[in-house]
Amino acid sequence: MAAQQDLSVFVRHHDGIDGMELAIDGIRCAGCMHAIEKGLKRDSGILSARVNLALKRVTVEWREGVLRPEAVIERLARLGFKAYPFLPSEQQDSVTREEARLLRYLGVAGFAAMNIMLLSVSVWSGNASDINPVTRDLFHWLSALIALPTAAYAGRPFFESALRALKAGAVNMDVPITLGVVLALGMSVVETWNHAEHAYFDGAVMLLFFLLIGRYLDQMMRRRTRDLAGNLAALKAETATRLERDGTTIVVPIAAVSPGDLVLVQPGERVAIDGLVETGQSEIDQSLVTGETMPMLVAPGGRVHAGTTNLSGALTVRVEAAGSGTLLDEIDRLMAQAVESRSRYVHLSDRAARLYAPLVHATALATLLGWIAFGLPWQQALIIAITVLIITCPCALGLAIPAVQVVAASALFRRKVMLKEGDALERLAEADMVVFDKTGTLTLPEPELLNADSLDVSIVRQAAALAAASRHPLAQAISRAAGNPAPVRNVHEHQGLGLVALVDGSEMRLGSVSFCEAQAEADLVAATFPTTSLIAWRHGDACAVFAIGQRLRPDARACIAALRQLGLGVMILSGDREAAVASVAQELGIATYRAAMRPDEKLLALADLAAGGCKILMVGDGLNDAPALAKAHVSISPVSAAHLAQAAADIVFLGDSLAPVASSILIARKARRLMIQNLWFAVLYNAVAVPIAIAGLATPLVAAAAMSGSSLIVTLNALRAGRTAASAAERTPS
Amino acid sequence: MNIIVILFPLALGLGLAGLAGFFWCMRTGQYNDLEGSGWRVLQDDDLADDQSPHANATRQPERAL
Repeated sequence: MAAQQDLSVFVRHHDGIDGMELAIDGIRCAGCMHAIEKGLKRDSGILSARVNLALKRVTVEWREGVLRPEAVIERLARLGFKAYPFLPSEQQDSVTREEARLLRYLGVAGFAAMNIMLLSVSVWSGNASDINPVTRDLFHWLSALIALPTAAYAGRPFFESALRALKAGAVNMDVPITLGVVLALGMSVVETWNHAEHAYFDGAVMLLFFLLIGRYLDQMMRRRTRDLAGNLAALKAETATRLERDGTTIVVPIAAVSPGDLVLVQPGERVAIDGLVETGQSEIDQSLVTGETMPMLVAPGGRVHAGTTNLSGALTVRVEAAGSGTLLDEIDRLMAQAVESRSRYVHLSDRAARLYAPLVHATALATLLGWIAFGLPWQQALIIAITVLIITCPCALGLAIPAVQVVAASALFRRKVMLKEGDALERLAEADMVVFDKTGTLTLPEPELLNADSLDVSIVRQAAALAAASRHPLAQAISRAAGNPAPVRNVHEHQGLGLVALVDGSEMRLGSVSFCEAQAEADLVAATFPTTSLIAWRHGDACAVFAIGQRLRPDARACIAALRQLGLGVMILSGDREAAVASVAQELGIATYRAAMRPDEKLLALADLAAGGCKILMVGDGLNDAPALAKAHVSISPVSAAHLAQAAADIVFLGDSLAPVASSILIARKARRLMIQNLWFAVLYNAVAVPIAIAGLATPLVAAAAMSGSSLIVTLNALRAGRTAASAAERTPS
Repeated sequence: MNIIVILFPLALGLGLAGLAGFFWCMRTGQYNDLEGSGWRVLQDDDLADDQSPHANATRQPERAL
């Protein structure tokens, strides 16, 4: 059906020029980029087309009114690329702006650090020989001239964050950083005024530079995962067929559908909206929403939900907003509740800061008092105390965690796993219990023909040719099993019963068991496949029954075994019937399972487990899993998941295989081990450097060497996260 | 030592020029796609094309923002 499309919501208008951004599927290399840009520019209406190869997107601009946005997509389809219009979200924009801001700070800090170091090295070598005190003062003043504005500009992220934390009555890593930088600069100005030998301008600025690198890496990773998640959302962007007042239909993106609109849902189509059925009767497959695999009958007045699939009859649906009492409203409420409990997690770095900051400040204070008690004038004691603060400034700590996160995230990305939250790695490493949803998570999202082995190949092929004429998901499963053959001609579809066609002079039927009078055969098949949907086929006297159901993901068993080996408990919480869940649990050897659970019951079950001290990894894909995904300690969902579920999950994996669940736990554990190693390294560094500082022997040269040395070691250690975890993941049977 | 009076502003000026260049690159969106640009260099579309895409190619970065 070639209905008219309307994509105008995606178009931005600016100065008589229309522009649109599209996510493109299947763009891989420079050749694709060239083909797309050249192919689009050949159209005289198109002003510019620019591919972003890193993001797999293209920005197209044309003179207003010359072109319809749909024409761009058609043209790209003719070039062999599937394109999906893309609406950059507000949140996305703010993340990109934040990243650009950090990069600017980083640039300024880098420039200042290099120039000040240039001056400092001269002073250091001069101090060792015979520098003229006037020249030294000049160099120190020049350093101050560069350092003070730089700190005021590039130090803002730390100052702001420290102020926020102090206002909230908490302490984070930025408090000691801010204190260290401000005191170092203040002391250096006073020292320079007094024509002293040492000034710490270089130390303060270098500290900012290294810390900004850590901050930027963190932000870059967050932006990259958001971008990929945005592309995925665009690729999934669903459309609805809107019924206009004059009876015509138009295909519009979901964003353009408003409550009160009438939407047409053809059999075989995914329902894209929530609403009340106005006309028509059909069966609805709700597996993505409730986990229930048995179809449900709907009639006028019945309610359908986004994410379900319309099986048999055409429906017109009146779109409803998520009013109170609807399933979506219920899920929304549960989500809000669940997210609240999640936000109590404290990051590893903040936990370190809580220990670190008071300790450092206490040490500095003790040094000050100690030296005064020892009989040193208070000015000199203060200088030594500030040196302690500078030396202990958590330069390595600032890099320790983001560097590991970036390396581990790209290792995961190579395995088709996308982190949506940076701290998900830490939480994933802590998980000791995996809770799986069944439908669509342990099993594949699309139904498949299960008894192909016991059927004659020619029968499957004939039935598949007939089935190919229908869009019914069960018929599609049969058609797929025979490799999508060309459909038979002149097929009549009997609403809710099956398909009929004349083949070789006699009638061939495919449909419900009673429609094909195949009760006896059906009973036999039902005995072996008790929880499947049965479809019968009859051609004269020949008769066959197909069992169609959800097949397990290809390596589900290996994945469960790998999880057990890693010492994790495994259980199933499903919304499906008891019998269906029991058979899957048995096949996978999972002893604990619970069936027929509503979303709030899943949430309660998770709360019970968490109360028992379990750190839960939830793996699920349905709308009904969304609150549980948000509630669990950490959550993973497959890319085929419902939109809301994917939004709630911390991690998304691509492809049919379940192996990424086990391998990402391995990588996360490795990453966490490295983070803790790095933190310990920072402690060790302090154990060596702090006594030197307390003794009053630390010079700016010592500070600079210690700072860059420790940062370098921490970064090199972080690089191991990608390499070693990789080989470990490949070694496990998955 | 008088040489410092010349050398220091010179060094600082060069550094500042680098910084300004970095900001300019950021503003014109040259860091938006780190993969594509490397390949774009290899395209020969500025040789035999009558539409003169060369002019296009230099104009686009500004508009990408």
